[in-house]
Amino acid sequence: MAAVATKTLSVTRPRKSRTLTAVMALYLVYTLVPLAWLVINASKTQPALFSTSGLSFGGPFALFDNIAQTFTYNDGIFFRWLGNTLLYVVVGAGGATILATAAGYGLAKYRFPGRRAVFAIVLGAVAVPTTALAVPTFLMFSKLGLTNTPLSVIIPSLISPFGLYLIWVYAADAIPDELMEAARIDGAGELRIFFTVTLRQLAPGIVTVALFTMVQTWNNYFLPLIMLSEPKWYPLTVGLNQWSAQANGAGAQPIFNLVLTGSLLTIIPLVIAFLFMQRFWQSGLSAGSVKQ
Amino acid sequence: MSRHTVVKGHSMSRIRSRARAFAAVALAAALAVGCSSGGSTAGPAAVTGTQDSVDAALKAGGSITYWSWTPSAKDQVAAFEKQYPNVKVNYVNAGTNKDEYTKLQNAIKAGSGAPDVAQIEYYALPQFALTDSLVDLNQYGFGSFEKDYSASTWAQVKSANGVYGLPQDSGPMALFYNKEVFDKNAIAVPKTWEEYIAAAKKLHAADPTKYITSDTGDPGFALSMIWQAGGHPIGVDGRNVKVNFADAGTKKWTAMWDQLIQGKLLAPVKEWSDDWFRALGDGTISSLVTGAWMPGNFISSVPGGSGKWAVAPMPTYDGQKAVTAENGGSTQSVLKQSKNPALAAAFVRWLNHDGGVQPFIKSGGFPSTTADLTSPAFVDQAVPYFGGQKINQVLTQASKDVAPGWTYLPYQTYANSVFSDTAGKAYLNGTGLDAGLAAWQQAIVDYGNQQGFTVSAG
Repeated sequence: MAAVATKTLSVTRPRKSRTLTAVMALYLVYTLVPLAWLVINASKTQPALFSTSGLSFGGPFALFDNIAQTFTYNDGIFFRWLGNTLLYVVVGAGGATILATAAGYGLAKYRFPGRRAVFAIVLGAVAVPTTALAVPTFLMFSKLGLTNTPLSVIIPSLISPFGLYLIWVYAADAIPDELMEAARIDGAGELRIFFTVTLRQLAPGIVTVALFTMVQTWNNYFLPLIMLSEPKWYPLTVGLNQWSAQANGAGAQPIFNLVLTGSLLTIIPLVIAFLFMQRFWQSGLSAGSVKQ
Repeated sequence: MSRHTVVKGHSMSRIRSRARAFAAVALAAALAVGCSSGGSTAGPAAVTGTQDSVDAALKAGGSITYWSWTPSAKDQVAAFEKQYPNVKVNYVNAGTNKDEYTKLQNAIKAGSGAPDVAQIEYYALPQFALTDSLVDLNQYGFGSFEKDYSASTWAQVKSANGVYGLPQDSGPMALFYNKEVFDKNAIAVPKTWEEYIAAAKKLHAADPTKYITSDTGDPGFALSMIWQAGGHPIGVDGRNVKVNFADAGTKKWTAMWDQLIQGKLLAPVKEWSDDWFRALGDGTISSLVTGAWMPGNFISSVPGGSGKWAVAPMPTYDGQKAVTAENGGSTQSVLKQSKNPALAAAFVRWLNHDGGVQPFIKSGGFPSTTADLTSPAFVDQAVPYFGGQKINQVLTQASKDVAPGWTYLPYQTYANSVFSDTAGKAYLNGTGLDAGLAAWQQAIVDYGNQQGFTVSAG
């Protein structure tokens, strides 16, 4: 028995579990069906949308026409929303990543009074859902006169307790104290150590945090919904919801085909970001698992 | 925030409930503020002025911000600016109905950020009027416009303390039915609700894919139906509110509508969804009891139903005297936060009393101005979509038959947001609308008392 097992199973060929495969297959279907539905229906005209089944193609193939309409509807407001989302992601998520990296590294590698208090506060902050903070944040921002400005979305996005925690834990493991010692002995200052020695070591962790905050900011809905009242500052999420709500009540102007096409276009950049950055991520996950 | 994309169904509903929770918080805060400053606003301190200051403001010019989701808003603003080049109107679509109210409520609570003029539906108007957020247009002499509007719409913008907007559209209810489906199944146009139920049974038995109508639990529709049945479930006197969803009129409707729900005679299709538009076009839903603003929606969004639909008066309980109710409809109001309320009032006057009315009608809207409701050009217009029927004859008559004396809650948007959580079971499980409305009533009483109203049941 044991001999057979060692013969057929190895690290590269682990035993296959039928149950797990079935569960994974189910999960795959669960994840892919909405996506397939979206792709199929984004290719339909609105009348075809109203007259054909949701899970099969029907009517004229109108994907490119829909894309053109999505970008031109209402004086091309979709472009504006895309630009806004990019702005919020680049400045908000980018800033959050930088702040989380600097703070997490500092907390992991330097001993100073109050460190444990910071640790407790950050851990506590991870547990508070951002939704719960949205209303107090709104009231505070309105006192500062910042509501209905891009800053009202960017500033709260800059804070990522989870990202900070992740970098902290990662830095504690990934950067040997001896390495920093060696750099200090060679005469490098702390800033120089950070930028030339440790930043590179932290890269997988930084990419992970960047991905997390990017997804979070890209899909951010509730905060901009509350903060912004003018469509010209909306990100894609809130804008698409407004298009969708347009189908309601007196004077309804349903544009379901554009909502669908817009949604499809909205997820494409995220998919690309994931495909592009996942190799960093993989190496990040495995780092530290092997004793050097 | 959410790792799901907005297109996934359950994620959307969670987002909605979050938004709803927030709306409740914002409203609670706003009502609390209104409550503490209540001393200064109590009493019928209606100041009646003249339109002179409005005319002067129009001459002086300036700029105002206007929030609306009406399809015609853009054209109307352009026409206004053309007529008054020294006035700049910054038009913003801040969201459709409750999305806009949440933003409006936030801005009011925050003390800044509100527009000068906002579109508000009649049902939500008391909420904003009560929190002292709207300008009483009596101070510009707009009270004298009463005769220019249908009685049922004017009653909805006027309260004991003032006139809080000028009516734009109105929604006297009528029966829209798919004539082709009715004829094919030998169903006569029902004049009474009894006949309507009989038609529902006959149609569904003859063709199980067809339903008389759909209703998955819409608070606005339920209230309008109670209104038509002669119910007066809500009474408001200052901060005292009486709620009784067990009065004779309400029970008349629940007894009738329960038969459709429990007989599974309603199409399981959510209103205003893509499925719903599809069902209207292919005959799955063969009739709609709804407001007179519906034809524009048919023409623009249900191309498949062209030539098939027709309009008849709303069925009644006794088949004798015609009686109907209002469903939906909006007003434009001037916000207290406005820095130039006279100019804002001038814009509202132009929008809903003067030059803005025609572009509104042209876009498919149903007016509330008596001049248009009686003009032969409007009334006797044959509409090709409805097989050439002069539908406005039916609809303008309906606007005269609206039962008087209806009141909405001073926190109706909140109440509507919890309708499906409470009364929803009655629609989902067929457990009876009386029990469902009793649960809704309890939620309404509890919430009102928490907000500083004195709410009593019964």
